[in-house]
Amino acid sequence: MVRRLPEYLTIWVPLLLSAAHLIAFTLWTIWISFTPSTLVPISGWVGLRNYSAVAASRNWQIALDNLLLFGSAFVLLSLATGLILAILLDQRIRGENVLRSIFLYPLAVSFVVTGTVWSWLLNPGLGIQKLVHDLGWTSFRFDWLIDRDMAIWTIVIAAIWQSSGFAMALFLAGLRSVDADLIKAAQIDGAGPIRMYRRVILPTLWPITVTVIVIQLQFAISTFDLVRALTNGGPGIATQLPALVVYDLMFQRSLLGRGAAAAVLMLLLLLAVLLPYAGWRYVQRRRAIHA
Amino acid sequence: MRNRTFAPSRILIYLIVSLIAAAWLAPLAVVVLNSLRTNEEIAQGSMIGWPQHLAWSNYAAAWSGFCVAETCAGIRPYMLNSALVTIPATIFSTLLGAIAGYAVSLWRFRGDSWIYGIVTLGIFLPQQMRLLPWTIVLRDTGLMNTLTGLVVIHTIQGLSFTTLFCRNYYVAIPQELIRAARIDGAGFFRIFWRIILPLSPPILVVTVIWQFTHIWNEFLYGVTFTTGQQQPVTAALIALSAAVADIPQHGVQSAAVMIAALPTLLIYLIGGKYFVRGLTAGAVK
Repeated sequence: MVRRLPEYLTIWVPLLLSAAHLIAFTLWTIWISFTPSTLVPISGWVGLRNYSAVAASRNWQIALDNLLLFGSAFVLLSLATGLILAILLDQRIRGENVLRSIFLYPLAVSFVVTGTVWSWLLNPGLGIQKLVHDLGWTSFRFDWLIDRDMAIWTIVIAAIWQSSGFAMALFLAGLRSVDADLIKAAQIDGAGPIRMYRRVILPTLWPITVTVIVIQLQFAISTFDLVRALTNGGPGIATQLPALVVYDLMFQRSLLGRGAAAAVLMLLLLLAVLLPYAGWRYVQRRRAIHA
Repeated sequence: MRNRTFAPSRILIYLIVSLIAAAWLAPLAVVVLNSLRTNEEIAQGSMIGWPQHLAWSNYAAAWSGFCVAETCAGIRPYMLNSALVTIPATIFSTLLGAIAGYAVSLWRFRGDSWIYGIVTLGIFLPQQMRLLPWTIVLRDTGLMNTLTGLVVIHTIQGLSFTTLFCRNYYVAIPQELIRAARIDGAGFFRIFWRIILPLSPPILVVTVIWQFTHIWNEFLYGVTFTTGQQQPVTAALIALSAAVADIPQHGVQSAAVMIAALPTLLIYLIGGKYFVRGLTAGAVK
């Protein structure tokens, strides 16, 4: 027993540290969300008061509206971009490896860098608008970055640039694993390329599509760095998102209880996406075993 | 394929793909070009333009000259901070993840699938749920505002990914191999050292690249748990753009952005295949 102690320690210490911190930290944050903590965590019970305060705040409401718009626009557009790129790259074109690397390199760069660079490109006095003006078309306008109603779209643009490559990589892997016999049979039936994609190939991709949607939604819900670097939530609070509200409450306004409540709400949003997905995966696996 | 190069539909495909590729490269090109233009040149025109003469001095200034929040040492100290956090955390989390992945997939012990299940939940738990507990833990252990604190955080949190990667790789190793070695009297560590590790290079490369990229690029913990001279480079970049808001120095800033992005970009260029494998491994479990 003693002789095997190093073995037990090596197996258990890292796993227990990881598992324990996940459970303990989650419960801890949930507990803080029910306390009247402000500058420092204190005990006490305020029920759901922190939650109602967060839910009633303009900041949070705007963050939720933005998340809905940003999440759906970003997921749909990056899905479409990724799928189109994957189909194009699947046409046995030359330089496929180089092209794939080009579409994927943004994933190796930090969101801070992406956000900073796009904040320059989209800044009307510095970037694309300025360039077009300097070229002579002075009535050209592309000032979404400073337009309250459109600013959220700048985040959509940067996010699509950053992560469409991810959707592309998964779709491409899916396209490459379509059963060759299936394609041959369709060819014998005289199906043209468009019919082939619509009727034969794309229907096999939907499990991948679900996975991509879930991962991109997960990213959308926890988006922080990108907004911080690109708009910092502005102009005003026009591009506020839940993760920014959490940070603001915890570390700028020192309302720890409310910050924790906002973090728990974020977790619930995430669970609303992940739990149905986990259930779906479970059913799929079951079917695969029984089939 | 007949008329492979001349069919109009193929020309169209190449045209579309090249256009999108150009759009994807444009931000990088803009930063590279700006990092070689003087601040005055950029101020006269836009941020999109060709350098009149190559202003390499931007890189010198970005590396060790300009001022962030009253200290004028350039981006160098922050790059060093990022390296001092990223390299140890990557090594620790990868090594511990390999052992943990081996333990849950091949060694097997009571409760292994339970604890493995909980550990992988860490992939989904948002950072925001851990911010306050980490704040308290770091404060009570005296690790607040230290690089060691960030190493500890990234090592523990990284375990969720590294254990998953390694476990999924090791389950393909036949159990008989382990059983035979155990009959020969080999223990946990000897089997790991002699059998598992020699089979591991592909997955270790994937894991190291994944961890390095993620820890280097991480921002939220860096900005929350460190201040001033202790910050990693991602946090310093944000501080820099706030600091120069009055008198923009876009040439120098572009050089700083390039320097900060270079380590992960280089790793991507060298090990892109493994990077993509990590991406898809995280997605298709």
